[in-house]
Amino acid sequence: MQLFDIIGPIMVGPSSSHTAGAVKIGYVAGKLLDEPISEAIILLHGSFLATGKGHGTDRALIAGLLGMEPDDSRIPNSIEIAKDRGMDIQFGEISLKDAHPNSVLLKLTGKYGRSLDIIGESLGGSIINISSIDGLSANFSGDYPTLIVHNMDQPGHVAEVTSMLSHKSVNISSMQLYRESRGGNAVMVLECDQEIPTQAIEWLKKLEGVEKVTYYSLK
Amino acid sequence: MSFKMLSDIVNESNQKQIAFWEVVLNDDCKNEGLSKDESMKRMSDIYLAMKEADLNYDPNALSSSGMTGGDGALLEKHRMQPNRLIGDFLTKVMEKAVKMGESNACMKRIVAAPTAGSCGVIPAVLITYEEERKVSVNKIVEALYVAGGIGEVLAESAEISGAKGGCQAEIGSASGMAAGAIAYLEGGDNETIVHAVALALKNMLGLTCDPVGGLVEVPCVKRNVSGAVNAIISSQMAIAGIRSRIPPDEVIDSMRRIGNLIPECLKETSKEGLAITATALKTVVH
Ligand code: SF4
Repeated sequence: MQLFDIIGPIMVGPSSSHTAGAVKIGYVAGKLLDEPISEAIILLHGSFLATGKGHGTDRALIAGLLGMEPDDSRIPNSIEIAKDRGMDIQFGEISLKDAHPNSVLLKLTGKYGRSLDIIGESLGGSIINISSIDGLSANFSGDYPTLIVHNMDQPGHVAEVTSMLSHKSVNISSMQLYRESRGGNAVMVLECDQEIPTQAIEWLKKLEGVEKVTYYSLK
Repeated sequence: MSFKMLSDIVNESNQKQIAFWEVVLNDDCKNEGLSKDESMKRMSDIYLAMKEADLNYDPNALSSSGMTGGDGALLEKHRMQPNRLIGDFLTKVMEKAVKMGESNACMKRIVAAPTAGSCGVIPAVLITYEEERKVSVNKIVEALYVAGGIGEVLAESAEISGAKGGCQAEIGSASGMAAGAIAYLEGGDNETIVHAVALALKNMLGLTCDPVGGLVEVPCVKRNVSGAVNAIISSQMAIAGIRSRIPPDEVIDSMRRIGNLIPECLKETSKEGLAITATALKTVVH
């Protein structure tokens, strides 16, 4: 552990997993949707459901969706702020299969029609993992620029993506592949050391067999 | 690379003829690719955030469970009483520790050190020290490096989360870190610093984590007081020349083993202890 993970972080309490981690899950989800959120359905699982209210997990998730970071002192008032911005919020319960006790399913719809389903887990400290995007597995922490490509399970897509990245001098720090079934829907999750240029992402979106491209930028 | 043992820091300090805190600073610069000035700026920002959190205490705030709030104000009032048993320094430490714990429970901005639950211990001790002993902020920042280095060893060789090691890992670690920091501020050498840590940790071994309703409130808030006061008495014993009969790194290793042996029901799961008392079950409605 690094020094400033021990003396720090600066955060809004009370809990690094149930508050700070929840802000981070909301933050990553909001960035992935990449447009103002018009509707957020928030389904809490396990310990998030049991102790979430007392830990402000609800307000923390909304704060993150609004783009606040874990040390933002507006977190306690996030629900009112979201309403002012026209975000429709619904909370509910869910029992997710094989999920970490601190998990949430976020179903987001954007102002311009994009939609996104995300499962986020808060692993302790304020470390998180995004474990699923639109029903397909994914595993990433939000600590790196991350590219998520949904595509048909056909030969060649991995090579297209990785050669594009090498062409743009982007180094891959981790890469995962998942698929529903042979020849069905597949997803690639690439955590990178550098940011990926916007035109490269636009280019990817136009490729045949690529269904959806989502990019999480640290900027 | 994080330090595995307190003796790693002490040996490097002795070999290179630099202070304990500088060993920790140099290591942070190497790990994060920062200059000394950048790292120290970061640390003083952290200390500033601690002081801000202390000043922003709201005596009227109540946590959403309704269990926490107002106790810091009671201690502040008590501090104004002429016929107090305990002196100014310690009374102030108690007050600041409760205030910070309460602020955390009431969703205010705090500094996790090492965790949010134990966020009151280190600032209570250091802010009071700065105010009462009139030392410079730079000196306090140095003491924070001492605390941080001790915390790195605890994270590496024991645990610093209640879920993994029980409360000895949270309030206990914070107390050990604060004890070392005070020993440094009071002019203790390396040996005095690490023995202050050992004496503080030994008083906290075996402390379990059984928070009511799974919330970071009961017993957490008031445990910050005991962690802070324990840090001070332990540092004073060390300054007086008292040495832990069990060497500091062996104390930390026993903390790790004890942490492993504490059953799951007493590691932040709220399945035993205070969390299942009749009153706890009545107070917290799920
Ligand atoms: S009882 Fe548990 S939650 Fe509370 S401070 Fe101790 S370790 Fe943290």
